[in-house]
Amino acid sequence: MSMPFYVAPEQWMKDKADFARKGIARGRALAALVYDGGILICAENTSATLRKISEIYDRIAFAGAGRYNEYDRLRIAGVRHADLKGYSFSREDVDAQGLANAYAQMLGDVFTHEVKPMEVEILVAEVGESPEQDRLYHILYDGTVVDETGYTVLGGEAETISNRLNTTYQEGLDAASALRAAVSALAGSDRTLAPDELEVALLTRNGARRSFQRLDDTQVGELLGGEVDEPVIEPETGTDPTTSGAETPDPTEDD
Amino acid sequence: MTLPTYRADDDPGPSFVDLLGRVGQGPRWDVDGVPGAGESPLRMTHATTVVAVRCADGVVMAGDRRATAGHLISYRTMEKVFPADRHSGVAIAGAAGPAMEMVKLFQLQLEHYEKVEGGVLSLEGKANQLSQMVRSHLPAAMQGMAVVPLFAGFDTRRGVGRLFEYDVTGGRYEESDFAATGSGSLHAGTVIKLGYREGITTDDAIELAINALFQAADEDSATGGPDLIRGIFPMVATITAEGFGRLADDDVADRFRALLANLTATRSTTTVGSAPVAPTAPSGSKKKGGAAK
Repeated sequence: MSMPFYVAPEQWMKDKADFARKGIARGRALAALVYDGGILICAENTSATLRKISEIYDRIAFAGAGRYNEYDRLRIAGVRHADLKGYSFSREDVDAQGLANAYAQMLGDVFTHEVKPMEVEILVAEVGESPEQDRLYHILYDGTVVDETGYTVLGGEAETISNRLNTTYQEGLDAASALRAAVSALAGSDRTLAPDELEVALLTRNGARRSFQRLDDTQVGELLGGEVDEPVIEPETGTDPTTSGAETPDPTEDD
Repeated sequence: MTLPTYRADDDPGPSFVDLLGRVGQGPRWDVDGVPGAGESPLRMTHATTVVAVRCADGVVMAGDRRATAGHLISYRTMEKVFPADRHSGVAIAGAAGPAMEMVKLFQLQLEHYEKVEGGVLSLEGKANQLSQMVRSHLPAAMQGMAVVPLFAGFDTRRGVGRLFEYDVTGGRYEESDFAATGSGSLHAGTVIKLGYREGITTDDAIELAINALFQAADEDSATGGPDLIRGIFPMVATITAEGFGRLADDDVADRFRALLANLTATRSTTTVGSAPVAPTAPSGSKKKGGAAK
């Protein structure tokens, strides 16, 4: 048996990390922001069917940047993890932290043991009862977990976009301002993004059991146009829990 | 808990029930090998009458609140009508434990599919899923733990309400007008049959369902009527294009009070008109529901 060439572990890890970063940088970016009514996630995505942002559980959303097949596999694993946990314990026991840790373990294992690391960055967002309880876990290709406050950016040129967002972001923005801040940060100064180039979803804080809400192009357009403050969220607010099934499209609330 | 990941050729797909089986948590209803199974009749909780009526805007589902164990009432506030997802509902009769587990699994199955696949199942697909669950429950049904659900929903692709009945073998029967299951279903079904007409409004369908449950409770000891003392009333839900909505308890209570007043008035005029010699039947003796035979 011939001896393989010796490669220092530092070099081996660095090569893998460079490879993963390059793959992620090719993908378009996404941003997540805490706003006054919950969490807004906005991704640059020209496809209307291949999603970057998805629902994981009642209060938890997932977003991925990088290779689609890889983060979609992670997304499904997350849905399974959350549904199994909610089934064996209680719906309240499913939280973003547990899920983020599970993702971190998996990404870390793949990075260390597999030949090819995953070329993905993922976000696990959870809306809490108050903005202080909102969680944004940004998980990197090597399993590093970053617990972000306020906002976070994933994908290609994340740092540049994050710097732009830093200048416009502040606490307590309404949905329209938060979306405008996210879109202008993603677009930069030399181009604009139309609603059909965006994928936007909200985790709303107004009591419905399934807080994940996807916005269609019309709703995104309305928000970007800035006509009214939060026109899309209006129908779901302030419903009486006993009659919520009739008011909101969320009948499974009291199961 | 680690993340459940599978190779592409080994993936359980969007089925939550299959996933549960794969992680060794699948529900086990077969009682084979349980010492004494099937020998002595267990005192098990049973849920009773539920009905579904198709109306112009969708479907109305209703169920009484009583659960019985043998001849005793074991639970007075049981809910038997559940939302299955946004546009469908499921109502149960039969062994309460397995029935509630089946509903929980069915709800999860639909939600899991929706999240994994990124779109909802067709109403037909949901009805078939429930059929498979009832079928897989057959071994337990043969040992006395039968579960017989009703499934109804608003078919968003066709724009109509639809309802499905099942038998213990998982047989699925789509009904065009109404369906009833459980111990009081014979009486409830007859009341609906007599009052039903094509294109009935949601409001009238609610009245009809309430009347049906009242009459079932009047004849069947296992069906609970309106409990005026504790303020417990049957549960009524509507499923329309807007989704599943449970009627507020106050609304249901008002409708039952109106029904009782109406029945009382009808009876006293009949008594006065046809049988003037009945001084021993004062108005206080009238049945208030849930009466023993």
